[in-house]
Amino acid sequence: MSGGVEITVRVAEIEQATASVKRFRLASASGEPLPVFSAGSHVVVSMDDGGHRIRNPYSLIDRAPDGLSYRIGVLRTPNSRGGSIFMHERVSVGSELVITMPVNLFPLIRTGRKHVLVAGGIGVTPIYAMADELRSQNAPYEVHYAMRDEANGAFAAELVERHGDKVRLYRDDAREIIRVEEMLPNQPLGTHLYVCGPEGMINAILAGGRAAGWPVENLHSERFLAPPGGAPFSVALAKAGITAEVGPHQSLLEAIEEAGVDAPYLCRGGACGQCVTTVLSFEGELIHNDHYLTDEEKASGTKIMTCVSRLNGRELVLDL
Amino acid sequence: MTTLSDIKSRPIYAGLKVDDMARRHLVAAEGEGALAVIEAFSRAPDALDRTTILYCPAGSAAMGHDTALADLNPDVFHLAPSPQTLLVRLNVMLSTATMGTRLYATGTEGFIGAVIAAALPFGVDHHSIYTEHRGSLARRVQCVHCKGMTENVTATPFTCSHCGLTLFVRDHYSRRLGAFQGVCVDAEEPGVIPPVEELYK
Ligand SMILES: Cc1cc2nc3c(=O)[nH]c(=O)nc-3n(C[C@H](O)[C@H](O)[C@H](O)COP(=O)(O)OP(=O)(O)OC[C@H]3O[C@@H](n4cnc5c(N)ncnc54)[C@H](O)[C@@H]3O)c2cc1C
Ligand code: FES
Repeated sequence: MSGGVEITVRVAEIEQATASVKRFRLASASGEPLPVFSAGSHVVVSMDDGGHRIRNPYSLIDRAPDGLSYRIGVLRTPNSRGGSIFMHERVSVGSELVITMPVNLFPLIRTGRKHVLVAGGIGVTPIYAMADELRSQNAPYEVHYAMRDEANGAFAAELVERHGDKVRLYRDDAREIIRVEEMLPNQPLGTHLYVCGPEGMINAILAGGRAAGWPVENLHSERFLAPPGGAPFSVALAKAGITAEVGPHQSLLEAIEEAGVDAPYLCRGGACGQCVTTVLSFEGELIHNDHYLTDEEKASGTKIMTCVSRLNGRELVLDL
Repeated sequence: MTTLSDIKSRPIYAGLKVDDMARRHLVAAEGEGALAVIEAFSRAPDALDRTTILYCPAGSAAMGHDTALADLNPDVFHLAPSPQTLLVRLNVMLSTATMGTRLYATGTEGFIGAVIAAALPFGVDHHSIYTEHRGSLARRVQCVHCKGMTENVTATPFTCSHCGLTLFVRDHYSRRLGAFQGVCVDAEEPGVIPPVEELYK
């Protein structure tokens, strides 16, 4: 609930986009148009797995011209806690889901003179929306998309169809690798780069950008961070007077929600800062997995991002 | 109670340092800003053969900063007769510059503001511009009533050079205009004007 206003949607269409990705068309259940969103936005999809709630963020690919539906793309993640598997196996046309209002942590920079979009694998979802927005604004842009092989190419075919020679494809199986050092020189001043994909790819592209002398202000990324599991521990919520157990495959935020406490969140991926919570005390070691707190804040042991971080120890006491 | 001058949007100038990663350095300097350039680049002499310096002596013409700068022997040194001509030259350079170029601005607050305002339309994020304030604390002020700009304002209140109203200089700074805001002090009781304060030397 504390992700803000919620919208009920019905699954109108499911498409097997690649061997491991399904695309879902989520239609407004009320018949009212869904909110307009800016490219780069995501919604948090809430799934009801037999009384157990799973909430995962998914980037919006597009909004239908009539405004009545959104599309999302979900990669099937094996060995997961279940959100993507639920979407792949349990959701069918007609299923009802609840989503939050779109939130954008990965916006295009309006003043940019040119935009270089880089996607790897499922990281293509926000990039797809960005390319469409830039095309409709007649802004200069180029798209670089790396994928495993031809079978992963539904997005690739559409990108080429929509953006023609502005798109460059790289296939892992053909040993085609995105070379930052070739992509970055000679871009006009005021170019902004956006990258979304696997962690290693993001880090390499950002490092390449700095090595090419790009200011950090022109380098943007989004990580599809999922809460890593770990050893179980207990969490005491001082204000609510509740103690709950955080299971090995559960995030701290999920355990707090399951205990009936309405905790704040927006991205559930360690990026937005919304879920920051004051740590009153702990026994053990805090495992910070977010990209929000500074190193000093992490070291201070007084704050934690409940969506992705946890405790390796016995008990954590939070000011909630 | 909050008074007008408590509202802080004054820019922060972190000081010039050479970005080792940059492929090209584009430096816009005015007046005593020359000294900031000399200090920063003397510490990174290897960068100079990839450096363009645009300099306008302005108020410190007699100090010989221009020869001291030229002695650094950068790849390109351009001496401009006025801030306006420097900005024209800067615009041409920005339009053909590529990413990997680091922009630097140093001199009076008004000059730095004008350089930042020139770079913004080229998609340059103002945080990425390295700046150092040197020289006079004079401000460039826009009258909120007639929109006229008055340069080198050193005291508040002052008389708008366009419409003649008595203006109080607010700490409210517009990055787009590169100017502070001036609002009429005696709008409620005409002629009741607080004493002039020499704030900005
Ligand atoms: C802003 C944002 C936008 C996103 N957009 C998209 C999108 O458009 N499309 C998309 O497919 N995904 C997107 N994601 C990722 C998505 O939210 C989910 O994280 C993803 O679908 C996996 O969810 P899951 O519940 O199936 O797996 P999770 O259980 O959350 O697992 C994800 C990963 O963690 C590992 N893991 C799980 N449990 C453990 C454990 N106990 N110990 C160690 N490792 C473990 C899994 O092996 C897996 O690799 C986005 C994420 C963010 C933050
Ligand atoms: S909800 Fe966004 S950082 Fe935790």
